Amino acid sequence: MRQTALCITALVSAVMMGQLPAYAQQAAPEEETPAIGAQSRPAGSAPAHMSDPVSDSTADHSKLMKLKGPFASGSQVTEACLSCHTEAGNQVMHSVHWKWEYQNEKTGQLLGKAHEMNAFCGNVASNEVRCTSCHTGYGWTDIRAQMPDDPTKVDCLVCHDKSGQYTKQDNLAGEPPLEPVAAGAKTITGEPAWPVDLAEAAQSVGPPPGRDNCGNCHFYGGGGDNVKHGDLSSVLFNPPQDVDVHMSPDGGNFACATCHVSDKHVFEGSRYQTDVVDPNPDRMAGSAHDAAACQSCHTDTPHKGPNALIAAKLNDHTDTLACQTCHIPSFARGGVATKTKWDWSTAGKLKDGKPYSEENYVQSDGKHLHTYLTIKGNFEYGENVVPVYAWSNGVMTYTLPEEKIDPSKVVEINKIGGTPGAADSRIFPFKRLDGSQAYDKQREVLLYNHVYGPGDGTALWQYYDWKKSLQAGMDYVGAEYSGDFGFVDTYMYWPITHMVAPKEDAVQCESCHAKDGRMANIAGIYVPGAEINLGGKIGLAVFLMALLGALGHGLLRVISRSKGKGDHHG
Amino acid sequence: MAEHCVKVYSRFNRLWHWSQVVSIMLLFFTGARLLGLHQLGPFGLAVMVHTVVALALLVLWVFASFWLFTTGGWRQFVPRLSGMWQVSRFYAYGVFKGEKHPYKKSFEHRHNPLQAASYFVLKMALFPAIWISGLAYLSYGFWDHLDGGSFFLQIIANFHVLAAFAIASFVVIHVYLLTIGGFRHHVRPMVTGYEQVDLTPEAEAYFRQTGRVID
Repeated sequence: MRQTALCITALVSAVMMGQLPAYAQQAAPEEETPAIGAQSRPAGSAPAHMSDPVSDSTADHSKLMKLKGPFASGSQVTEACLSCHTEAGNQVMHSVHWKWEYQNEKTGQLLGKAHEMNAFCGNVASNEVRCTSCHTGYGWTDIRAQMPDDPTKVDCLVCHDKSGQYTKQDNLAGEPPLEPVAAGAKTITGEPAWPVDLAEAAQSVGPPPGRDNCGNCHFYGGGGDNVKHGDLSSVLFNPPQDVDVHMSPDGGNFACATCHVSDKHVFEGSRYQTDVVDPNPDRMAGSAHDAAACQSCHTDTPHKGPNALIAAKLNDHTDTLACQTCHIPSFARGGVATKTKWDWSTAGKLKDGKPYSEENYVQSDGKHLHTYLTIKGNFEYGENVVPVYAWSNGVMTYTLPEEKIDPSKVVEINKIGGTPGAADSRIFPFKRLDGSQAYDKQREVLLYNHVYGPGDGTALWQYYDWKKSLQAGMDYVGAEYSGDFGFVDTYMYWPITHMVAPKEDAVQCESCHAKDGRMANIAGIYVPGAEINLGGKIGLAVFLMALLGALGHGLLRVISRSKGKGDHHG
Repeated sequence: MAEHCVKVYSRFNRLWHWSQVVSIMLLFFTGARLLGLHQLGPFGLAVMVHTVVALALLVLWVFASFWLFTTGGWRQFVPRLSGMWQVSRFYAYGVFKGEKHPYKKSFEHRHNPLQAASYFVLKMALFPAIWISGLAYLSYGFWDHLDGGSFFLQIIANFHVLAAFAIASFVVIHVYLLTIGGFRHHVRPMVTGYEQVDLTPEAEAYFRQTGRVID
């Protein structure tokens, strides 16, 4: 995987520079041309001269003395970065990537990983060092408090490393594995950890982040490859055309940042407030797109073929359907499954006093995936999963901790906002995770679980005891807890927007325009072919009466003729 | 007045009728596919055929209307009450008793009063209903941004389908009535153009001169 990521980074940079030989030459800084004024240059750094190839970038970081190291920690690299990029740290500290906090102005809810619960590992609080291993900073060991206002704690390398060997260890609150690496240590992508060479990473940096920079965290959300999103997996490091037309090297060869444009280190695109319609439709033609919405590039009337008539008919759909609804026929494509069900209620079972696992799901590449783990309960997976569809205006409302739930029903961890037929809403595809999560039977609220914490006597993943785990989780956040717990079924929805298929693989007319098609149970739309409408029913009755009338009349004529009276017509 | 075999249906008239038959049948078939009554053929193809054929039929209707008004043929379709009772009574009763059809076709009135009335309803109500709702349906892309656009689309679609079934019912009755008095006897004039009608001696003389009478 890392090899692939490396190749892609090289390929992407090469393509972007559009001059492979020049790039190759640059990669060998030893070949310095002696030039006039060489004596006056600062020792070690070598500004390019006219005889050198012209670089796209104004700085070759491999030439900077400050980045030669040695570095004892990631923070020391950041200090070096900040000595030139004095404002960068502050920009990052204003981003969701740093704060794990999102103020939803539409609903008033304070969201983000630091505040909400999900249906996967539940909550960050009390499990920090494991969860914050993917934080774009160093050392967030207590999520009850915000990260300190300390720009040297920002992890520049996780997004800007181009050496391909920078990574984060999966239990060090965001720190990379350094020499000596602890036995059995793993990286955030689940590989055996290797000692990171910080100086090599520091000298390799460059904007913009490549796919591997984003993917090493975002493709592994929920604890493994494609576990969480369903449409973000390691397949996207180098996807074939039929998995993702935009990201495939045979297609658009996009990096994540091609669509997720950024300003001051803050990126477009959000699962809390998704752009289901183009937020800036009146933009002048040719101007830069500034939203992670399909329409930014494709407009609201994107269809041109196969002929003008069908194109027009397809464009008629864009007032009710999101582009993704037809153009992502299924998710978890390309050979990596996604978790579709996570049942925590069965966690904690032991065999002969020992934790155990079952691997009864076989992925299309032959890999066996856990279907039971003592530490996590039961799982189900899916590949090429057909999404669930719902009207959405992109605004998600969460069932937050301490919010009263109704355990007699399935609890929606997040509710999809939107009104059928409204101008701000479209029918959008979602991955639904079916969960089963711990809740307080007396207070009817979801419970914090403490799962990670080696040696502390309460963590579920080491002691397999729900009672201790939940008590520890609730104590940690200082929330009231009756001690009487049960498990409630939950749904969690994830907008599906990646893995756009080639147009010939788009959802076919018949998938919806048929009985029990994909749009069954969606309100506010007329889908010809899905069911016979009222006009059709009345019409059919009229038609059948006409038919019966004619047949009856004819029958009477036959009977009367057999009585010898015959008929004539003028 | 005497019966003669006269060319009643001009070439354009017959072409109009039979291309209408073919296109309406195609529209029924593809329309039923779109409605979900059958699954024969791809949906997208049905959409295309339905649209193209409908537009072609509309063009034909424009020509036919022009033709009807310039030739005075429209008078054939004006409903009238005289004779309505006798014809209605015949279909409801007399036909079972072996009575003769009470209506004698003339060149000016080749449709009996009931026939003229039903064609009038077909042309003035059902056809406009189907093509107005059809065009509104087809042009959805131009007004889908209106508030409640999706709701209006449903109204239009219901209306369109209802009108289609009404036309289908007309076709059923129309074809059935051809069997009263001999199917081939009734269909032949629309193929050859010639039919037995009553002619005044003046008309007969005129038609003989222009070669439109066979015997």
